Amino acid sequence: MELNAQVPSGPIEQAWDRAKFDMKLVNPANKRKYNIIVVGSGLAGGSAAATLGELGYNVQCFCFQDSPRRAHSIAAQGGINAAKNYQNDGDSIYRLFYDTVKGGDFRAREANVYRLAQISVNIIDQCVAQGVPFAREYGGTLANRSFGGAQVSRTFYARGQTGQQLLLGAYQALERQVAAGKVKMFSRTEMLSLVVVDGKARGIITRDLITGKIEAYAADAVVLATGGYGNVYYLSTNARGSNCTAIWRAYKHGAAFANPCFTQIHPTCIPVSGDYQSKLTLMSESLRNDGRIWVPLKAGDKRPPDQIPEAERDYYLERRYPSFGNLVPRDVASRNAKAVCDEGRGVGETGLGVYLDFAEAMTRLGVDAIRERYGNLFDMYERITGEDPYKVPMRIYPAIHYTMGGLWVDYQLMSTIPGLFVIGEANFSDHGANRLGASALMQGLADGYFILPYTIGNYLASTKLEKAQSDYAEFKREQADVAAMTTRLLAIKGKRTVSSFHRELGKLMWEHCGMSRDARGLELAAGKIRELGEEYWRNVDVLGSAQEFNQALEYAGRVADFFELAELICLDAQHRNESCGGHFREEYQTPEGEAQRDDQHYSYAAAWEFQGLGQPPALHKEPLQFEYVHPSQRSYK
Amino acid sequence: MRLTLHVWRQKNANDRGRMVKYEAQNVNPEMSFLEMLDVVNEELTLKGEDPIAFDSDCREGICGMCGVMINGVAHGPRRGTTVCQLHMRKFHDGDVLYLEPWRASAFPVIKDLVVDRSAFDRIIAAGGFVSVPAGSAPDGNAILVPKQNADISMDAAACIGCGACVAACPNASASLFTAAKITHLGVLPQGQPERHERALRMVAQATVEGFGSCTNIGECEAVCPKEIKLEVIARMNRDFLKASCTSRGASASSGGG
Repeated sequence: MELNAQVPSGPIEQAWDRAKFDMKLVNPANKRKYNIIVVGSGLAGGSAAATLGELGYNVQCFCFQDSPRRAHSIAAQGGINAAKNYQNDGDSIYRLFYDTVKGGDFRAREANVYRLAQISVNIIDQCVAQGVPFAREYGGTLANRSFGGAQVSRTFYARGQTGQQLLLGAYQALERQVAAGKVKMFSRTEMLSLVVVDGKARGIITRDLITGKIEAYAADAVVLATGGYGNVYYLSTNARGSNCTAIWRAYKHGAAFANPCFTQIHPTCIPVSGDYQSKLTLMSESLRNDGRIWVPLKAGDKRPPDQIPEAERDYYLERRYPSFGNLVPRDVASRNAKAVCDEGRGVGETGLGVYLDFAEAMTRLGVDAIRERYGNLFDMYERITGEDPYKVPMRIYPAIHYTMGGLWVDYQLMSTIPGLFVIGEANFSDHGANRLGASALMQGLADGYFILPYTIGNYLASTKLEKAQSDYAEFKREQADVAAMTTRLLAIKGKRTVSSFHRELGKLMWEHCGMSRDARGLELAAGKIRELGEEYWRNVDVLGSAQEFNQALEYAGRVADFFELAELICLDAQHRNESCGGHFREEYQTPEGEAQRDDQHYSYAAAWEFQGLGQPPALHKEPLQFEYVHPSQRSYK
Repeated sequence: MRLTLHVWRQKNANDRGRMVKYEAQNVNPEMSFLEMLDVVNEELTLKGEDPIAFDSDCREGICGMCGVMINGVAHGPRRGTTVCQLHMRKFHDGDVLYLEPWRASAFPVIKDLVVDRSAFDRIIAAGGFVSVPAGSAPDGNAILVPKQNADISMDAAACIGCGACVAACPNASASLFTAAKITHLGVLPQGQPERHERALRMVAQATVEGFGSCTNIGECEAVCPKEIKLEVIARMNRDFLKASCTSRGASASSGGG
């Protein structure tokens, strides 16, 4: 396998324009002759399906939820970045590019990031025109705020529901195309395999989640927009249904998986309360703009927060990072929270939590101003914990949130399988080893509205595509394989539920491959995961049949894939003998305890190629060149 | 805590369905309602009994996928809260709870507590959008929106499409849902060109789907987890009426909200 990133040569500022000009175009009258499958209907998939429909392609869009509007992009709270410089505070495309490359700890592809920063401004225009109700100033202009890790105010937001509003914009555009007959929507339909014909992605195999029917769909190109794999940790801020199945099965058909160990831990989530817990809830990190993070100075101090005097509090982020304070990037904030808890200074019943305190902000700005900014978040916190954050400081703790890793794609967003495009969180491309706040929405929409619609046209216009139909042998074979896996899961009739396995897998991952990792722990985890995975196939209990609505069966297939992916994550984490962004290896840190990169040996994207079950995957390296933003030790002091 | 649950069990759309009694032991007050059901399902699975099917996804009150009737109230006893964010501390030891799916002919039951809400998608497809293809937008700040309008729009846009309003309405009307979208887009300058067509088409589609008419009862507002106000229905009716008189395009064949 050869990795060719297809990055245009010449000045980075003109790279995207040049790439667009070099692309072959599909004649408007010919677009309707092409069929495109889009899997996933979130910001990336929804916007891509809508835009491809607008262009005239025939699109089939699939989602496992009951409506495309449910995709988990909807839960993003804080905002979306764009280099508009509406605040006249020194922002520019170059600065957003610079911040993103640096924030990603120099493990992203420069040209992709530059393009993302360029397109960010078009996204805002598009979303405003669609009627996304962004926050406004009294004069009617768009409001902005600063957001985790940025020193300019470039984040656009719609209360604490930015993801919801952007997704509804894309969803409405999608439904418009459904009504126009250009997009056919398949809800409650899960992709279970990819079909490759003559080396090209030509279709998918799905299961109808209501009837259980396994079906084949053929197309000229396939787009995966199926989100991240954070649920491999069991507890995460992802939705219950979020899973790795689509990208994992594409991986098993030859798509390289890049940087799987780059997982992001979000610093501001509500702490775990018990074993029954099904997910973790994020509190937008916009809260860090006004909230101050602290723990007691002394270990084991169990006094209630209001009885701990100022002098006995440690505002550790403000102390350690005076210039960024509470606004340091996510990985730094998370690691510091873990460190103070490891010292025995954590708060709450479990000792795994830190305070996020608004008392000072409420005195300075008034309670009403705080309610205006964060009211819905405070209400949500109160509903979940039963505590009133207007009176008692919030308790927060880091949780798995986002996965920077994903299927490897070139500059055209195409994977190592021709005709298989991967967009949004499902690909690996833009965030390097750590994603900055308010950049996920930006990337999903950049890919879907403005990049993929061009690059997929280029592929279709420049590729000779033989006819492929869903009754071809390749489709039949994949269909049979999917049905066999389903039958096998149902036949085990073991003694443990799917979730008991998933929970145990998640604990192993969180403990050994979470906020900090070391070679010994990773090796240990890999062994235990393999054993547990073997037990899974002997001892899981999935009731019911394949020909009905069967949620346990859906779940069982997803967890089976998580087991395999977990091993790859550990392998990737073990091979990367450095710390960078969200990947923190205990062995590689500066004397101050910051991540220590090794640019000489690890300045590359690690793309893993499947070699068969039970075989170690092959490692391919895409070297990363930094011609514009020169790698430096990140410092937020 | 211990609870007694009476749960609607229905194998598929063709099954008649019935209430079945379960005992939920060892309920922790910190659990969410759906986590309590997860635990019940774990126990059922280990006993070899079919677990209770219910929808949920984000479990943080925003995706709109969850929703059950608890003792006849959509999303249960806490106002402005989806069932995934309802916590067991709202209940008492020994409580007896009746769990049923949304009931409306436009929301056929798929299994147990899971219903088909695709009718909502078709109402949006009928006109719940601004027709602006990617690439054709002017600069964001070229469209000024008074803050007050942006706020009214956002209040309505907060709808999560869960369907509680329909489930609570004695007429199974989708007026709150439909009107929320009509208001969200109708108070913004971007939504003006299609404003009247939108009202006509969406209302007509709601009728085609088999949702009832609005008789201003207000149950929808009472159960809406996003606290969408009844006022949006007045806005919809105004747009609909005006459109019916002035429309040059699609005919206003059906009744108002």
